[in-house]
Parts: sequence; structure tokens; C-alpha cells
Amino acid sequence: MAYKCVVLIKQVPDTKRITGDVMNDDGTVKRSALPAIFNPEDLNALETALEIKDRFGGHITVITMGLPAAAAILRESLYRGADDAILITDRRCAASDTLATSYILSRAVKKLDYDIVLCGRQAIDGDTAQVGPQLAEKLGITQITYVEQLIELSGNRITAQRNIGNGWQQVKAELPVLLTVIGEANEPRVAAAKKMMKYKKASTPIEISEKIKAENPKADAAEIAELIKLRSKSLEEKGLLIKQWSLDHVEADLSWCGMSGSPTKVHRIQSVVLAAKESKDVEPTPDGIADMIHELIEEKTIA
Amino acid sequence: MSNRWHDIRYTRYEFMIDANRKGEVWVFAEQHGGRLEDTPLELMSKARKLADTLGVKLAAALLGDKVKPLAKKLVQCGADKVYLADHPLLGQYQTNSYAKVMYDLIHKHEPQIVLYGATVAGRDLAPRIASAAKAGLTADCTDLQIGDHTAAKDNKVHKNLLFQIRPAFGGNIVATIINLDRWPQMATVREGVMPMPQGDTSRKGRIIEEAVELSLEHLPLEILDEHKRPKKVDLKAARIIVAGGAGVGSKDNFRLVWDLANCLGGAPAATRAAVDLGFIDHDHQVGQTGTTVRPSLYIAVGISGAIQHQAGMAQSQKIVAINNDPDAPIFQVAHYKILGDLNEIVPLMIKTIKGKAP
Repeated sequence: MAYKCVVLIKQVPDTKRITGDVMNDDGTVKRSALPAIFNPEDLNALETALEIKDRFGGHITVITMGLPAAAAILRESLYRGADDAILITDRRCAASDTLATSYILSRAVKKLDYDIVLCGRQAIDGDTAQVGPQLAEKLGITQITYVEQLIELSGNRITAQRNIGNGWQQVKAELPVLLTVIGEANEPRVAAAKKMMKYKKASTPIEISEKIKAENPKADAAEIAELIKLRSKSLEEKGLLIKQWSLDHVEADLSWCGMSGSPTKVHRIQSVVLAAKESKDVEPTPDGIADMIHELIEEKTIA
Repeated sequence: MSNRWHDIRYTRYEFMIDANRKGEVWVFAEQHGGRLEDTPLELMSKARKLADTLGVKLAAALLGDKVKPLAKKLVQCGADKVYLADHPLLGQYQTNSYAKVMYDLIHKHEPQIVLYGATVAGRDLAPRIASAAKAGLTADCTDLQIGDHTAAKDNKVHKNLLFQIRPAFGGNIVATIINLDRWPQMATVREGVMPMPQGDTSRKGRIIEEAVELSLEHLPLEILDEHKRPKKVDLKAARIIVAGGAGVGSKDNFRLVWDLANCLGGAPAATRAAVDLGFIDHDHQVGQTGTTVRPSLYIAVGISGAIQHQAGMAQSQKIVAINNDPDAPIFQVAHYKILGDLNEIVPLMIKTIKGKAP
């Protein structure tokens, strides 16, 4: 039996590379100064979907919500073996918290046929691990979080092993399910050269429009529109058009999107300045060390 | 578009509750197999303070099968009330059954704050409830306070909100998150960031037994097998921790960390870098993605002190840092700074301590 998988992915700033240079004076982070990467655990979710497709056949759709530049990770997914890619991009998505994000994603997923929805456990820019379960609730389906291994898939039943922190647990559920996948689940495959050749030109309508405008600086609006139409049609025929959905496409109720759909607000952001404590320089000599140990024993820090 | 699974989906619960300013403060009293988890107990001391500041009752929501005996412990740790949902179908944690019972309880009693441990179960359950209640939720808080917020758009002052304080961006910033009106205000709280209450056996509290309505549709998972892997070390309980970083150099050389820990009766620990290099098992990892510790003494050996590591140990009462780099960030949080070669200093410390022993 072939399975239809939908994988939710996110482009994130590479938070491991944060240095003082990328912090604004007010303690916020200059996102633009950090390289944007494919959220690591979303790659594990995609790999799980690819393994399912390799074994049972089926179809993989990847969806991301983000800025137009997030098309890069959709192409990355196509290079690895995804069949279809959808970019949800809309200014009205801005400032969405996890609840609003899960609502918007649910509107998109509901437009598709699916057996298994896969997400990374969490994204490295927020580390909340909330969108997966919030989405499962909005879809009204069972969730299996912290998946470290897919044990069995047979008919409409799935068995998965969860990492429960101090051990593991194997659970069985009926499809459809939503899985959140952890980094230990697998080793994501690298992009396939052949697919890279095929999909490197895959573009979203925004990208097509920008490219045409750059290529034809002297053309007027009507000519540009015509050229975009032609290019889009030609890419679509080759299966190289990345779908681009707005909140209108997914028929989202705007009151549940963006700022108005987000119950959590930021009260304050502070950069982490760990206050210098009362401190002592200890000489790396027998006397220096002995004095320190003596003090620690005196104040009963060392019993 | 039609979906072939549409028919088998179970009932969803959706409600919104009004912001109830007289509502109680709640802690989800996570238990497994009749044993309370540490995190909700750690949370009780902070939740007690929040409830006192607001002048409301603190309640624990206790779900399980034959778990009534646990209520006493919750009262001793600060609860005024324990809402007890005791039912055979709650014997094992499962997202939907626990979420259903929690929805029902929240809907009925309208607490203003609901707190969960940021455990695997807490992080599985809380977002499911938040999504159904269309309420806000902040993950992995390291502190909670009550405070006022002035809205930027209309200068309206919102009094006595829950300040949900959490590190973000890999620990490089600390964000204070609020929820103005889509209540209950909910947060998960990291393990080990709040001290475990002593427990006061003279405290009195009420146990309120709640009716539980569950059917098999709330149990979509069949739990086949579970295997507990005991942790190799209990860092949270250690009074003294000796931690090594990448600067220790090799697994063999990590012996120095073990030896120093042994002669102090402490626990050996490590940074993520040292764990990734295979010097020691992940169970020993301190920091953002490991354990948060607050020992009496933390000795950092060859640790540069990345912000992610500091997040897990900066609250130690005394910090000794040994490093050969004068600019290592660890020196900014250290009480005793020893600039030099750890290969000479650690043996010297071991010798000195052994010499002092009675």
C-alpha cells in the first residue's frame, strides 16, 4: 500500500552561529545576518517520509510557511526526493506565534490528501516543539511525538518508537497520524545529483517574476506580465513550478492568523549578559590552589 | 478535496474561556506508574509564590489510575487543592485521553494559569490543549513572575499578567512572553530550573474528586512496549559537579575530570562539545540541551563557556573555572578563576584535597 505523506518544514537562522556581531543593541537578533538553513529535525522528518516512499511507494508533499526565500529549502527537498512543494507566503502571516502558525498550516494540509503528516520535533530558532501537536489537534488526528524509529507500517496501522527521555516506548496507531521526528531517528540523505540537475530551476511565481524583471529591465508592465505567464507555463509543464499559496488560497480566517491570531506577545527581550560576579584570580601554584581549597572547606562548600 | 480518512476521525474539543482574573493557579501533576515526576514538584514552589502574589488558590491537577495517595505529597509541596481525575483508562499517559480530561477540568474551573513540566509528556500534552482552547502557550520557561504590561498600541495597562521567561535563539537572548486575554495563561517549565520544595507535612489541602468521561475514542494509541533506561548519573541531585569541556582533549584525559569528581564526592559532567567528541555519555551533559544544574560547587575544566552551557550551570552557588584562555567566557561567571594548564592544575587540586582529608 502506498502512502501519501505531507512534510512540514521550516527555514531557520543558524542559531549555532550566533556571535556578538549579529545582536542588535536592544538585544534582538539580526536574523538577516545569520545563514538561513533547513531546520535540522525537519530534514529527519523528510528522511522518514522518503524511507516510507522507498519501501511502500507513495507521494511526498513538502510545505513551508515563510518568506519567499524559503523556496530554497523546498528545492532542497525536491533534490532529496520529494514530489511536490508548496510555499505559503503572505505578509499577513507575519508575527504568527505557534498557535497561529499551526492554524495556517492546518488550512493548507486540509487541502491535501494525506495518510501521514511529518514534522521535525522542534525548530532551532524557537525550540518550542509546539507546532506539531497544535497542528495534530487542528487536523483532529492522532499524534506520535518524539519518534526515534518507524517500526512498522502495514495497511492503515503504524508502529513507531518514541524517545521518552529516560527510555523508549513503542506505540501503534491507526492512520492518519502526525509524527514529530527527532534528530536521532535517521541520517538524512544528501541531495541526489540527478535530481539536483532536474530541479535546480524549480521556482516559485515570486522568483519567476523577479527573474523576468531582472532579465528585461526595459520591458513595460504588460510585457513583463506576458513573459511571466509564458515562463510559468513552461515550468509547470516540466513539473518545475513550486506552488505558492497565500492565506486566501488556503481560505484562512484572518482573525486566526498573524498578530491577531497569536495569543502570546513579547513583553521584553534581553540579551544575555551574565553579570560579572565577585571573583578571584587564583594563581595556578600549589599555594594558590591550597588557599582556594581551604576557603571552600571553611565555608563548607567542600565537606 | 475529500480525504479518505475523514470518517474515522474522533470528536474534537474546542472552547475558549474568558480571562478569569479570579481563577486559580494550576500545576499539571505529571505522574507515571504512581510516581510523581520531579518537574511538577519543582514547579510547586514557584506556583505557590504566583498564587500568593495574585491572592488566589494553588491547585494541582492529578490524573491517573489509583493515584489518590499522591495528593498528599502535592499538598505538602504547596497545593491548596488537588483536582483528582482517577480512572482506569488514565493508567498510562496518552495524549488524547489526558488532553480530554484536562480540557474538561479547565473548562469547568477556569484557572487563570496552567503550568506543565517541560518533560516529554508535558511538551506532548500542553500544545494539544492550547490548540483546542485557542489559548497561548510558552515553551520551556526558566522563570515565571507576575507583572504589569503596557500595550504599545493604546497604552492600556494590563495588570498582574504571568511573565513567561525563556531563553530563545539558542540561549542568546531571554524573552519575556505574555498573554493578554486568550487565557488560561499556559507555560511549560524546564526541568531542574526551580528548586525542589522541602515539603511541609503540616500543610492541609482539599482533594476534589472529579468525574471522568472517557471512551475508547480517546485512546487511539496502543502502547506495545516501554523500556526505561535509568540515567547513568543524577546531576540534579549532585552537590558538587566537576565538568569537562572540549579543552580536556581526549577521552583518556577525561580521567582527570572523573578523578577530581571522585575525590570530592561529586558527579562528573560535560559540555555538549565533550559529549559530541565521545569523551563521556550524554547523560552527563549540562546545558541547554542537557541537564540544568544548581550545585553548591561547579568546577569547569577546559570549558570555554558557550552561552548554551552557561544556561545550564550559571546558577551554581560557587563556580571554579580552569582554562588556559584568558578570554574564555566561562571566566565571566566564575568565582574562582584559574588561568593555566588543566593538566597541571587538576592533579594539583586532587593532591591538595587528598592532603586535607582527615
